[in-house]
Amino acid sequence: MNREKLIGALATIVGDEWVHHRPSELVAYSIDGTFQQALPDLVVSPATTEQVAAVVRVAAGVGMPVIPRGAGTSLAGGTIPLGGGLVVNLARMNRILEVDKANGVAVVEAGVVTAELQRAVEREGLFYPPDPASLNQSTIGGNVATNAGGPRCLKYGVTRDYVLGLTVVLADGRILRLGGKLIKNKTGYQLAQLFVGSEGTLGIITEVTLKLLPRPRYRATALAIFPRLDDAARSVNGILAAGILPVTLELMDNLTINVVEDYLQAGLPREAEALLILEQDGNHPEAVRDEVEQMAAICGELGASTVQVATDEADRQRLWQARRAVSPALGRRGRNKLGEDIVVPRSAIPEMVRRVRQIGQEYGFEIPVFGHAGDGNLHPNIIFDLRRPGELARVEQAAAAIFRAALELGGTLTGEHGIGTLKREFLTEALGPDAVEVMGRLKAALDPKGLFNPHKMFPEGDGVEGFLRQLPLLGTAEAPG
Amino acid sequence: MTGGLNLLREQYDNLSACIRCGLCLSVCPTYQVSFKEEEGPRGRIAMLKALVEGHLNLTSDLLEHELNCLVCEACTAICPAGYRMEPAQIAFRADIRDAAPWPVRFGLDYFLGNLGRLRRLVRLLALGQRAWLVSLASRTGLVDVLGLRRLTRFLPDLPTTFIVPRGQVWRPAAGPVRYRVALLTGCVMSTVFAGVTRATIRVLTANGCEVVAPAGQGCCGALHLHGGLFDSGLRLVENNVRAFNPDEFDAIIVNSAGCGTALKTYDHYAGSPRAAALARKTRDVTEFLDEIGLKPPAGEVPVTATYQDACHLAHAQRITAAPRRLLRAIPGLRLVEMAEPALCCGSAGVYNVTRPGFADALMRRKARNILATRAEMVITANPGCYLQLLAGLREAAGGDRPAVEVRFLVEVLDQAYQAAPQAVFVEVRG
Repeated sequence: MNREKLIGALATIVGDEWVHHRPSELVAYSIDGTFQQALPDLVVSPATTEQVAAVVRVAAGVGMPVIPRGAGTSLAGGTIPLGGGLVVNLARMNRILEVDKANGVAVVEAGVVTAELQRAVEREGLFYPPDPASLNQSTIGGNVATNAGGPRCLKYGVTRDYVLGLTVVLADGRILRLGGKLIKNKTGYQLAQLFVGSEGTLGIITEVTLKLLPRPRYRATALAIFPRLDDAARSVNGILAAGILPVTLELMDNLTINVVEDYLQAGLPREAEALLILEQDGNHPEAVRDEVEQMAAICGELGASTVQVATDEADRQRLWQARRAVSPALGRRGRNKLGEDIVVPRSAIPEMVRRVRQIGQEYGFEIPVFGHAGDGNLHPNIIFDLRRPGELARVEQAAAAIFRAALELGGTLTGEHGIGTLKREFLTEALGPDAVEVMGRLKAALDPKGLFNPHKMFPEGDGVEGFLRQLPLLGTAEAPG
Repeated sequence: MTGGLNLLREQYDNLSACIRCGLCLSVCPTYQVSFKEEEGPRGRIAMLKALVEGHLNLTSDLLEHELNCLVCEACTAICPAGYRMEPAQIAFRADIRDAAPWPVRFGLDYFLGNLGRLRRLVRLLALGQRAWLVSLASRTGLVDVLGLRRLTRFLPDLPTTFIVPRGQVWRPAAGPVRYRVALLTGCVMSTVFAGVTRATIRVLTANGCEVVAPAGQGCCGALHLHGGLFDSGLRLVENNVRAFNPDEFDAIIVNSAGCGTALKTYDHYAGSPRAAALARKTRDVTEFLDEIGLKPPAGEVPVTATYQDACHLAHAQRITAAPRRLLRAIPGLRLVEMAEPALCCGSAGVYNVTRPGFADALMRRKARNILATRAEMVITANPGCYLQLLAGLREAAGGDRPAVEVRFLVEVLDQAYQAAPQAVFVEVRG
């Protein structure tokens, strides 16, 4: 089938307006939240699961790769159409089909933006806890495909813990409906869970049934500043040992504090090694405040130089200000950044932060570290400038050193971003060859022609050397003269 | 084709600031009604960048997607990386030169570039008002070409007397002069909305300001810059830099959000220290009144009202709290928030004439959001929004009278002061 006929066949399914094939449109879908760029052959925006299935059958008929895409906010390259192919844009499938109060579940299409789902269920007194930093733009489909997390995961778990059912379009165009509005369901393999975190390599998620919780009525927050990083880590352990399970234990290291202070000029102590934001929620205001005050007291005893507690909304927002400023502060810090997503056992956090600092010094990068101290998920952000000669090779070495440090400390490559293209060459190091081989057999069983999101997650066999440099960039090098 | 893209090329660092996080998608009006990446800021940045780099040519599809940008600045306001859409779009539109269709370009240059002609046009339109224009529009094909049939639904009641800036000074009738301010009388604000500008003068004098309308000033040039008439825009900028001497005033007051944004960025277009001082001293009238502490109005305006954030106030100037504080200070006025108050209404300068598809979709969404509040009045601070809201609420009502009354914020403040009558100013010269 030639290109014109293919466009015609897709337009018959979705309508002319929803096949994006002109040159500028292909560029618009060539990017995601990383620095990579590769042009798709075509883009299609279906409106229903049936349209997705029909589109997949057309693509399978001509052997064209299919790349599912929600809001394109992937931080690991998961939605980059490497080597071309058909991008299936699910952003239009954004209806909240049902918020079922009686059963405490929501049924939504894959393109629903996470924050919109949260607002909709909170209006009904319900709660969807996973809160990735991209929640204002990323979609539920993408959250499921990457098993997204966020600051609230210590207490409430990750996306996986809320997926009760999925509708998935398979590589042969069949529509698989898995699970449902059931909290308990052990009938057969847990197939719905197989697609959680599958990064578009096994099927296209088009509809999701999610577990909801009652919305906690009260929240309180504390901010603690630590001259020494180890004291912050001891405080985290002290809090959990005291029988408190907070919603949030957000950590910022010294460099992050300084990057934020450069941006905000809010009077943060530049010499402090760590800043912790602690939060608790619940239905009884006294209980919530008591626990936050206990947490504050523990931090004070274990070496915090200052601790502030906020129970009203305005004060809470003020305490969150520093943490919220991390993203804009990093965004303005340098021309490019690579946001990593390693996980280490909680006890290894100080050691990991120290190793990142050494790696930054060794390779000449600023690498601020922030993340979720309760679950050991840290985000070292390598700040760099692609215009400098040899820059990407140095970034590769620094990133590889960070991955290996995490693995050595008993951790892993990614907590909530996924493997995508950026970490695929490290998969075998992280999982071992047997696990990767089993993954490969699952992939082959569900997608024998390898059409779904190729070049993602699995090692390409090129090895670790040049793992970033082999990724395509469009003209990121220099401004043309 | 990258040969003629000199101004866009200067925007390359700005374009490269984008970190592609996609946060802008959540606030972009054209993305929110299409869910197409090519109709969102991140896609538009990628396209402009590829154009500069030579990976894309200036094809009709690229033009369409770029010109569909409202330049509402919602993306700029939310961007964590500091990208700015307005200068990039102004540069792109200047480089391609035919960003707006010729009747629009002609209209901007011929009428807004020369206030005498604009006054004659508005007077002529006022004479016939809408009935005359509708009948003319239906009789002649030429009028359709000029887009006037579409224009009739935006037309407010037109005045026949205007404010002609000649250096007039208005002093408070009582009490000391606290501030000496210059007023940008502008183009449509001195003609189509002369009544609003008179209300602005009354409100300022009631707040202890001596108000001056410097002679020689004209249109701010924003519509020209956004419409690709870069040279005309620059001429208007330079004219106003000559007309306003910032050293003589505590502030330069603007009562149109779009014009205020333009003045606040004059230093980008006229590099002189005087332009920079002018930009620094420019205040939207709502911003200024809030800053100096509004004199509480004694009179009541018993109405349930909702406030529409003008994009160039909320996003470009980051002013959202001040207008609401002013409205809450009005006795009797009950302020209710609409859904998506800061989502562009689709007016965007001349956008509602040049890009009717998106403009109408956004207008109807805004009208629905306003009607859902059950407010009797919708209040804004920008002439483009005013006209668009009027058209949308007329359409909702199915007639000439809008379903909800549309007012400028200063008009409502003025009404509150007038409700407890006292002399507010004396004109001493002009």
